[in-house]
Amino acid sequence: MSESVKALIRVKDLKKDFGENHVLRGINYEIDKGQKIVLVGPSGCGKSTFLRCLNLLEEPTSGEVWLDETMVNDPKTDINKIRQRMGMVFQHFNLFQNLTIMDNITLAPVKLGLMKPEEAKEKALSLLKRVNLSDKADSYPHQLSGGQQQRIAIVRSLEMNPEVMLFDEPTSALDPEMVGEVLQVMKELAEEGMTMVVVTHEMAFAKEVASKVIFIDQGLIQEENTPDEFFAHPKNERLKDFLSKVL
Amino acid sequence: MGEWWAGVRGQFYDSFVDGSLWIQYFKGLGVTVEVSIFAALIGLVLGTVIALMNMSRRRDGKRNAASVIAMVYIDVIRGTPSVIQLLIMWFIILKSCTNGVLVSVLAFGINSGAYVAEIIRGGIQAVDNGQMEAGRSLGLSKVQTMIYVVLPQAFKNAFPSLLNEFITLLKETAILGYVGMADLTRVANQVSARTYEPFMPLLGAAAIYFVVIKVLSILFGRLERRMREGDQH
Repeated sequence: MSESVKALIRVKDLKKDFGENHVLRGINYEIDKGQKIVLVGPSGCGKSTFLRCLNLLEEPTSGEVWLDETMVNDPKTDINKIRQRMGMVFQHFNLFQNLTIMDNITLAPVKLGLMKPEEAKEKALSLLKRVNLSDKADSYPHQLSGGQQQRIAIVRSLEMNPEVMLFDEPTSALDPEMVGEVLQVMKELAEEGMTMVVVTHEMAFAKEVASKVIFIDQGLIQEENTPDEFFAHPKNERLKDFLSKVL
Repeated sequence: MGEWWAGVRGQFYDSFVDGSLWIQYFKGLGVTVEVSIFAALIGLVLGTVIALMNMSRRRDGKRNAASVIAMVYIDVIRGTPSVIQLLIMWFIILKSCTNGVLVSVLAFGINSGAYVAEIIRGGIQAVDNGQMEAGRSLGLSKVQTMIYVVLPQAFKNAFPSLLNEFITLLKETAILGYVGMADLTRVANQVSARTYEPFMPLLGAAAIYFVVIKVLSILFGRLERRMREGDQH
């Protein structure tokens, strides 16, 4: 079996219930290496839950999630190993409040034995330089603005050399004037060929960066298309309604 | 008036000065402080472990064995008088142990651990769940994220309550006399039994407790303020 024809992430009939609430009702999707997938939909539609099922922050009720040759939600899979390959950026940044920016970035690779401390620090410095925050290495998260914190959060994930980056509404908690700086970093990442799955309300970002845009509603993928088609000729009635409200 | 004053002076002399009795009070204070400090250390370690056990859950969200053990421990300790716990430790569990301080430290450490466990649990629950999720999303294990990220923040949250618990513990050790340990309260008791004048010895012991605790709370207050100020820039 040739690996190159297989998608990097494969989701098969993914379902997730929270008690009586059926949030995901059977999602099938494949994401190739290098693709940038943008998920949109009304709040509560399950798009964040879908993203969180990819790295098992939520455990699927049924169905399969595959990363390459490994079934992510197989109980025998070492999920920590999988997560090292999938970075995640959260809506509320979630930088470690008790650690400096430098320690935030180097904690995981050093404690997991992937890098020596000096090596990790060196890489962190070059990543910080990329997002123009070299001078913040010794600061604590609460001393930084939201936009700065989110750029650091992206750097923290990148330090692990992930194959995939998951973004869960990365700009939703930011003041408007800080959205741009975070999206800029994400665009650069996209241009470098990173595989990205992004939940966002930034339609302009979706238009510009996405390989495919997905509309999720009521726990199902209602429409999937290239950004041009998706925004110019939406077919699903719910999507038309949704776009009329957000555009 | 002069007569009354002479009486007070006489009592004071009998209770503190005669035969250098005051040295006994400070020896008693030494026992009180020694037992309190070591018990607090045991309580802190034990309480942290118990808090983590108490919060652990099976995959389906139900309590696991460790969690049930922790819950029962906390229930039993909080539901019984500390005097009884001390007596049980002294006369039953560690009957053959001749090191009185060690037995007392264990009894009070185990007692304090239950209260500390609840304080630490509160401290952990006050840490945003996103901290744990972020750690896990990077591939760190639950235990690693706990140790490097959540617990340091939990201790900081719990710090004021932990200091409070230490002061409670220090006063609680006044029951050490029940098992014959010569702590501050016991010394005061012994002196009044000898002089038949309980007023001065008890007042003296109260004053010593008060001063020690007052000094501690002032120090703790400063420490707390400094930690808080470190947060705000």
